Amino acid sequence: MTPRLSHETRRRILLLGSGALQIGQAGEFDYSGTQAIKALREEDVYTVLVNPNIATIQTSEGLADKVYFVAITPDNVDRILEREQCNGILLGFGGQTALNCGLALADRGTLERLGVQVLGTPISAIRDTEDRELFKRRLAEIGIKVPRSISCHAREQARKAVNEIGLPIMLRGAFALGGRGSAVVMESSEIEPALKRAFDGGIKQVLVEEYLGGWKEIEVEVVRDEQNNCITVCAMENFDPMGIHTGESIVVAPTQTLNDEEAQLLRTLAIDIIRHLGIVGECNIQYALDPTSNDYRVIEVNARLSRSSALASKATGYPLAYVAAKLALGFSLPEIPNGITKKTTAFFEPALDYIVCKFPRWDLGKFRGVSTRIGSEMKSVGEVMAIGRSFPEVLQKAVRMLDIGATGVDPDFFAEGDVREALRVPTSLRVFAIARALAGELSPQEVHALTGIDTWFLHGIHEIVRMRGELAALAPKGNGAAAISPDLLRRAKRLGFSDATIARLTGASDKEVREVRQKYGITPKLARIDTLAAEFPAETNYLYPTYLAAEDESPASPRKKILVLGSGAYRIGSSVEFDWCCVSGIRAISELGYETIMLNYNPETVSTDWDECDRLVFGEVSFESVLDLWESEGPEAVVVSLGGQVPNNLALRLARAGVRILGTSAESIDVAEDRQKFGGLLDRLGIDQPAWTHVTQRAGARNAVARLGGFPVLVRPSYVLSGAAMSVAHDLAELDRILECARAVNADHPVVVTKFETGAREIEIDAVADHGKITLWAICEHVEDAGVHSGDATLMLPPQTVPLPVIHRAKKIATQLAEALVMTGPFNLQLLVQHGRVRVIECNLRASRSLPFVSKVTGINFVREAMRRMLGVRKPIEGRVLDLDYVAVKAPQFSFPRLVGADPILGVEMASTGEVGCFGDDGDEALLQAFAATGFGLPKKGVLLSLGPVSEKYSFLEEARALSQEFGLALYATPGTAEALHAEGIECEALAKVTGEGRSGMDVIDEGLVDLVINVARTYDELGRPDGYLIRRRAVDVEVPLVTDLMLAKALVNALRNRADSPLAIRSWNEYLERQPRFLGLDRAREQAEGPPA
Amino acid sequence: MRGPLSPISEEVKSESLFWGSRRRDAFTATHSLPMKLFLEDGSEFEGVAFGAYRPVVGEVVFTTAMSGYVESLTDPSFRGQILVLAFPLAGNYGVPAPRPAGSIDPPYESSQIQVQGLVVQHSIGCPSHHASARTLGDWLTSEGVPAATGIDTRSLIRRLREHGTMRGWLVPGNGSVERQKQYATGVEMQRELFHLVAPKESVQLGGDDGPRVLLVDVGAKDNLARSLLKRGARVIRAPWHADLGGLASGVDGVLIGNGPGDPQDLGELVVQVRLLFKRPDLPIFGVCLGHQIVGLAAGGETYKLPYGHRGANQPVQEIGTRRCFITSQNHGYAVNERTLPRDWEPWFVNLNDGTNEGIRARFKPIFSIQFHPEACPGPRDTAFLFDKFLRLCDSVHQGRL
Repeated sequence: MTPRLSHETRRRILLLGSGALQIGQAGEFDYSGTQAIKALREEDVYTVLVNPNIATIQTSEGLADKVYFVAITPDNVDRILEREQCNGILLGFGGQTALNCGLALADRGTLERLGVQVLGTPISAIRDTEDRELFKRRLAEIGIKVPRSISCHAREQARKAVNEIGLPIMLRGAFALGGRGSAVVMESSEIEPALKRAFDGGIKQVLVEEYLGGWKEIEVEVVRDEQNNCITVCAMENFDPMGIHTGESIVVAPTQTLNDEEAQLLRTLAIDIIRHLGIVGECNIQYALDPTSNDYRVIEVNARLSRSSALASKATGYPLAYVAAKLALGFSLPEIPNGITKKTTAFFEPALDYIVCKFPRWDLGKFRGVSTRIGSEMKSVGEVMAIGRSFPEVLQKAVRMLDIGATGVDPDFFAEGDVREALRVPTSLRVFAIARALAGELSPQEVHALTGIDTWFLHGIHEIVRMRGELAALAPKGNGAAAISPDLLRRAKRLGFSDATIARLTGASDKEVREVRQKYGITPKLARIDTLAAEFPAETNYLYPTYLAAEDESPASPRKKILVLGSGAYRIGSSVEFDWCCVSGIRAISELGYETIMLNYNPETVSTDWDECDRLVFGEVSFESVLDLWESEGPEAVVVSLGGQVPNNLALRLARAGVRILGTSAESIDVAEDRQKFGGLLDRLGIDQPAWTHVTQRAGARNAVARLGGFPVLVRPSYVLSGAAMSVAHDLAELDRILECARAVNADHPVVVTKFETGAREIEIDAVADHGKITLWAICEHVEDAGVHSGDATLMLPPQTVPLPVIHRAKKIATQLAEALVMTGPFNLQLLVQHGRVRVIECNLRASRSLPFVSKVTGINFVREAMRRMLGVRKPIEGRVLDLDYVAVKAPQFSFPRLVGADPILGVEMASTGEVGCFGDDGDEALLQAFAATGFGLPKKGVLLSLGPVSEKYSFLEEARALSQEFGLALYATPGTAEALHAEGIECEALAKVTGEGRSGMDVIDEGLVDLVINVARTYDELGRPDGYLIRRRAVDVEVPLVTDLMLAKALVNALRNRADSPLAIRSWNEYLERQPRFLGLDRAREQAEGPPA
Repeated sequence: MRGPLSPISEEVKSESLFWGSRRRDAFTATHSLPMKLFLEDGSEFEGVAFGAYRPVVGEVVFTTAMSGYVESLTDPSFRGQILVLAFPLAGNYGVPAPRPAGSIDPPYESSQIQVQGLVVQHSIGCPSHHASARTLGDWLTSEGVPAATGIDTRSLIRRLREHGTMRGWLVPGNGSVERQKQYATGVEMQRELFHLVAPKESVQLGGDDGPRVLLVDVGAKDNLARSLLKRGARVIRAPWHADLGGLASGVDGVLIGNGPGDPQDLGELVVQVRLLFKRPDLPIFGVCLGHQIVGLAAGGETYKLPYGHRGANQPVQEIGTRRCFITSQNHGYAVNERTLPRDWEPWFVNLNDGTNEGIRARFKPIFSIQFHPEACPGPRDTAFLFDKFLRLCDSVHQGRL
């Protein structure tokens, strides 16, 4: 061991994270921050991380020296810089949140006052790229073309600018992530609404610019060191032309339709720009390129790591974030070794001998009222990346990876409405409409005319469509797979067709296709990503399966190995928390001496960093691909329990195909997932559960509901994650509609109808079991009443209001279930508590969303322990999970401002896109910290109250009184609520029900009189929409904090009252954990010595 | 000119077998003619023909550049060689219309396809680009150059890397292999090669003023001439076997360009260049093969690299300033800098393998580089070297006035 320098001489650097995941700022920043911390640690830098996102890998043990789970605000960071005596700060690794915070710290003089140096790209260069006017001026200095544009600070000014530039125009917001507030205006009638929305979003500066619709959109990732050495790492081309946000666009790398002259033009410009702006580290440059000439525009420069740079890193194997961090410390590119070749340096440009395709993952179906149209604003919640050697291959792989039910580029998938219209209006499903058009009467040229998409891509889709025709032509012959010639099968596989699709088209079974494939030796081979296109020998472990490789370059090693299945695309309900689980799992497996193979396809993850595992296979997580790997790699077992529902759903099929599933058996997983089997088990064990019944036919629905005791009822199919297709029905018509939808989602599994309980509490147990015995457990309490999806609920650990008998009963139930299902590994149990009665809602025999939270709060890595149990370690663990000397709160982060029209209300379907986890001395402090960390400002002016049912109005009276009398806030209330408040002598202004009859709720929001809206829905309209939509939506649109749950509102007001006199403490995670007698990591060294089990 | 086509078997007599991308469907070839590549080590790769349907033989080399196939195919440095593209998709943006005779316009780097044959993983039959007038396959067919698609070029390149550069036979796959190999056309690489790639006679390019540069052409890419012309120079482009001493008396600088083959086979040129070194203050700039010639003329040695540098991503570092550049490269031989006399010094080094990338004379305006400052294809980071060279030429020019 090299001796560490004393604290006085070590560099002390603060790294800003990106906070909770939200649309436009997702898991990619966990990847970039984690790589940066690894780079800093190598240089023995004392690293302080500020990031309240507790589900991330960067906030895990063993990375940063100090972690602060607090809001990324200038105030907090100021205090942390001071108490940690930092002398440097990194702003480029936490997305727009970190960049904006850094600019604010510079503005208020904090950095100068504390002598903190901004490492890497200087503040001046950040300003040059963030302020549109400055940006234009700076690029004009070196004669580089940008779109003609006028920056406006008010609507009137913007109107004039529109006239000057002429329609069509594009509106863009400065300092906004993911293109918020941007819109394309084609016709004069659209000008006013677009301007209103642009400025209403709280955006101070809006840009009116020439519209470049139909131009090619290209991105280049460029790197520069302090010595002025520059490289470009990857140029990527958007499938969709300009006009669709790059985060919403299908992207391929490297560029496909640019000749060398164009490619070099953009490369040279990129280097000129990064040098002129003086960026040190990495930046992303977006170009528009005229498809009819070599004319170009520079659209924007992001002077930080971005989603695109994460994609470029994964697409090329070049660790951009790691290198950027080293450059920020003053290294030059040739001084940094190339980790992938181990022989060369970081000064080189990757050469690709494959093609990658990124496809965005939307979850628009989860929101009521949101438009499926995509455009210049980002709405997607995640993305997938496919690697292969032909465009049809990667596109089909990518479409399957989305996990939206499409088995490939299927012309019949969501084939609704007029195909020309579906082409003209870009939506999340347009690629299927293109296939439909090409399978029908339209030529690639005609599709190009309607979509603006380059015909090169369209020919690729045409290729797929024709192969479908060739395969389908075999179906009438009726002899199944036998009719498929090896040549046809090989060609189909090379075009990215799955066995299942080939089977469906030819009328064979999946199994037959697989058998024929194996008979002829048509199997995928693992090809290597080596950054140098095979020019130099490179023993990398970064592999992708393809049918276009003739040989396996990297034969499986003789070591015993474990295959871990990743979580796939981030989506609502499955996000960075499962990546944390996978990475923790890999590390635990490695510790025990096994070789680890990671299978995943999400470019925004740490699990797909090639330095995390022994072998990284970047490919689909599907039955077919896992079975292929099972056969070619020969692992001892497969881990399905860490990646969320995607791998969990494969468990039973894999087990039946002979794959050994590590931990809890696939049969047990099936019992827990299949509502009917699970209900039966609970009955046998004498465990209480809400009344439920099984409905298959609409006809039986009325009686079923009557048996349950009437509406409202909860309807859900089996095998779901995050409440997909789960709904509450308030009447029969609604129930009918829901049953229809559920059947469309999955016809194979029964639909379960449960009595929807109101006014009940919810608790959750996360636990690790070993051969049916619980070895580790933690219990969380929901602040909201039951009925709010557990992913959207605010969790407290340890529980603050749950009586001890309830906790004992819950633990007893968990013990019984673990035993009955002979569990080994992680599981999560959700329970309903009402008047001391504890009933089971559901039990998931896999790692849960809250596992990183409970692990970090208790200081015991639950996944590590679970993994060790699964691999046969028997040593008992001691964990104190109730007796903590602090409280932590996990709170959801919503992205409603991004989802135009979506109703920002909580329900049984999960809607949040991210989470934070914050600590405090008590529940109140932790809650307020968590609120702050999700961007929630505390009220200073006034509160708008709209309190729903009468009982709820009265239950909030005390809190309303406190808001008015103790905090001196002006109260505004909707008529019914005002009446109740007045009756109790609480002062408030009664508002009109609708605009026009006096001041309404909308008016007080628009006039800026309130900075908190508490809106609890009372009734539901015929479409099941709760009332008060307009008020909630307006609050979200103008970014006034909104609370829609009464229990949460009460908790908030009480926390404010209790903490009125004591400011929130700034303490590091380590300081909280040290309060426990058993501190994280003490036993680690001892356990590591044990090695693998016999 | 390319050698005469020889008949191989009855099948290829018919013109109809010379097919290119008339087939529209590159990914899913169904009715296709087989094309095979045999390597010296006995390995065999089977693909589908997409250019001319005839057998050829040559050294098999590869490039890792992801774009720029038009530039690469017309680069005379590849003369006599069978080129393998590492990037799996070839022909995406098509090929522009042929340029008029005598033109040196881009993206063509010479007046014909220079490679002996081409091997790719996928030829694209439906290109998309505003400048495209024909497909890659049509172009290859029209120039009688055979090509194979559907070969796992990564596996092929790995084999070339492990065994060093090898001879290979690219032949139609439907006849007797031995017969095909026997009739395969190749280029004699020691003498014929250098005459094939050099112009017949000297030409003058450019306007009426500006410094005069003698471009010694051993298969120089057109962009060397364009790069000089663009900067206001006048260019005398002369074949390497011309009387360089006589031509050099009227010029302000000499650029020795790139070309194919082993520099040690160009003894005659080395002698001529050594004589040029004697002229006081005559700027001489060597590029690629020109660099190796300068190295030999200086008294150094050259050697064959195991598998050459061929791509658009080669990192080099300037010794002394430690400045780094990404360069375009295409060479199989290198200068051994340790064999240089004392009045020469290494100038650039390859960051990947430490081989020499440039040398310069300590007391004379003579310098040379192994990489391609003229790019095409590839990065233009080192184009400033033309400015450096022309500044020297210009001062000679001014001195004359």
